[in-house]
Amino acid sequence: MKKVFERPKSMKKNIFHYCAGCGHSIAHRLIAEVIDELGIRGVLIGVLPAGCAVLAYNYFDVDMIEAQHGRGPATATGIKRALPDRVVFCYQGDGDLAAIGIAESFHAANRGENITVVFINNAVYGMTGGQMAPTSMLGQRTTTSPGGRKSLLDGYPIQVSEVFSLLPGTSYIERCTVNSPASILKAKKAIRKAFQCQIDGRGFSLVEILSPCPTNWKMTPIESCRWIDEVMSKTFPLGVIKDLPEIKKKGDKRHDG
Amino acid sequence: MNKVLMQGNRIIGEAAIRAGCRFYAGYPITPQNEIPEYMAERLPEVEGGVFIQSESEIAAIHMVIGASAAGVRAMTSSSSPGISLKQEGISSLAACELPAVIINMMRGGPGLGNISPSQGDYFQATRGGGHGGYRTIVLGPATVQEMADLTMDAFDLADQYRIPAMILADGMMGQMMEPVVFKEPKPRVYPESLMMRGAGEGKSKIIRGLILDPLEMEEHNWTLDRKYRVIAQSETRHEHYKTEDAELILVAYGTAARIAKGAIKRLREAGLRVGLFRPITLWPFPTNELREFAKKSENFLVFEMSTGQMLEDVRLALQGYARIGFHGRPGGVVPTPIELTNVVMHQYDRKGGVIEQYQ
Ligand SMILES: Cc1ncc(C[n+]2csc(CCOP(=O)(O)OP(=O)(O)O)c2C)c(N)n1
Repeated sequence: MKKVFERPKSMKKNIFHYCAGCGHSIAHRLIAEVIDELGIRGVLIGVLPAGCAVLAYNYFDVDMIEAQHGRGPATATGIKRALPDRVVFCYQGDGDLAAIGIAESFHAANRGENITVVFINNAVYGMTGGQMAPTSMLGQRTTTSPGGRKSLLDGYPIQVSEVFSLLPGTSYIERCTVNSPASILKAKKAIRKAFQCQIDGRGFSLVEILSPCPTNWKMTPIESCRWIDEVMSKTFPLGVIKDLPEIKKKGDKRHDG
Repeated sequence: MNKVLMQGNRIIGEAAIRAGCRFYAGYPITPQNEIPEYMAERLPEVEGGVFIQSESEIAAIHMVIGASAAGVRAMTSSSSPGISLKQEGISSLAACELPAVIINMMRGGPGLGNISPSQGDYFQATRGGGHGGYRTIVLGPATVQEMADLTMDAFDLADQYRIPAMILADGMMGQMMEPVVFKEPKPRVYPESLMMRGAGEGKSKIIRGLILDPLEMEEHNWTLDRKYRVIAQSETRHEHYKTEDAELILVAYGTAARIAKGAIKRLREAGLRVGLFRPITLWPFPTNELREFAKKSENFLVFEMSTGQMLEDVRLALQGYARIGFHGRPGGVVPTPIELTNVVMHQYDRKGGVIEQYQ
């Protein structure tokens, strides 16, 4: 009989600790499939965040280092500069990337570090129990915005992908989601493209994934998937946000000096 | 061997490169800017050399973590306020047992303070500095030659014990020029099995500081503690100067020890038999070595450019064995040998010993 579905080789045989309906496990699987397809397991180093994915080394069978909260892109920079021929990816949540680690992310992007960031935007701090994130929706109730997020007090949801796309150092940025079979396939394509972008030496690539968090959104998994379509993706529109053509080594304006 | 005349900060940069440092990340802050400037110039000239001006001291230390995990000798440098920012990463290095070298050219504090020399970061450096209960090896050079030697040694010690090692000096040492002879670096001893470079065909590695299981967490802390005990037993270093006949021994490190030597010359000319005990390793502190000197002299006077930090380590070593006096000037002013000479003349009486014992 032909096997049509199996565990990716770069995944360990452990059961995910994630809540039912959580997007992290889907994102993990997609990354692992891409690692297998690109054949980069042996040259890959993953940098993990503080956040729900802090234990992702229990699932990925690749070299992994855990960064302090938000510092992943700095640690990834250190690894990639030390080992330019390795593939380095950084897995981050929205609190990790857009709040405490915004400086490290922004500057890694601005330097055009040749790394790939997988950015899980679930509009809350999942691990610490559902507090407001920089990406929480206006009006969204969280444990630290019990009356709903108010722009006057809390500012606005940060559109990381759009902001980063303005930086000349970034080469490929796409926003996806994992709330339906079709969107999952799209997300996988985006992740693959982002890794390929790094392999081709094109600089900073980022895939933002709008990711359901039923537990902290206080919704069922199905309601969560619907909320992404009906609410979240209105503030965070899906699609390719930036895709620079391959860098021509000589005479490219992005390379001065 | 050729002697070179170079400024302390630049010497540190050159010594690091000779020791095999191939990664430097840092953020400008006076009085150590010549270190990143030197590295920016020199590192790209050596094979594999990477220099990054990071967006902050926090980013710098986390870049160093990455490079260290990748198996490259890595260093960062800063001065007091920047070292405070690095503590998160230093704690991580300690937790993950990764080697790295950190330079602190101390300046006046607390807060933004000022840029004049100080020894106000002794507590921060020798007590771990960040959260969680850990140690870093701390070396306190007193000459530019020693800055070269200890920087090279710091890389070896960091590798040997898989621990962050710090050079604790101040703006005066960093700006000072003295002739230096670089010693031959030792070949690096650091197993490839510890380097995170991609799993290849083999088993994947994990470097982590998070240990959720309480018993496992405790065991990890005991493992670190056992390592710290080994270091404390085997890596202490000190210098003693004119102690053979000393009735009074000054205890000072770094810049303060230089000032103390100047004072000792004057005091001896005035007929007082004064010597110096100079800790070179600030952690581990040479406790037993210092206590040995209590057999020779009953009188000790601690001299620091702070209101009394190393003083606590001296008291742990000597309390109950000898009389301990103290003179300190907190950051902002560099005391002179004449000042210290006068202090000793006042505080010490040949018959009564140290009169003003520190309470
Ligand atoms: C310096 C520091 N501050 C706070 C925390 C606590 N903390 C851990 S994860 C987290 C937020 C995680 O949220 P996010 O990045 O959105 O990831 P998620 O858990 O939702 O996947 C926080 C605040 C920490 N580990 N370190």
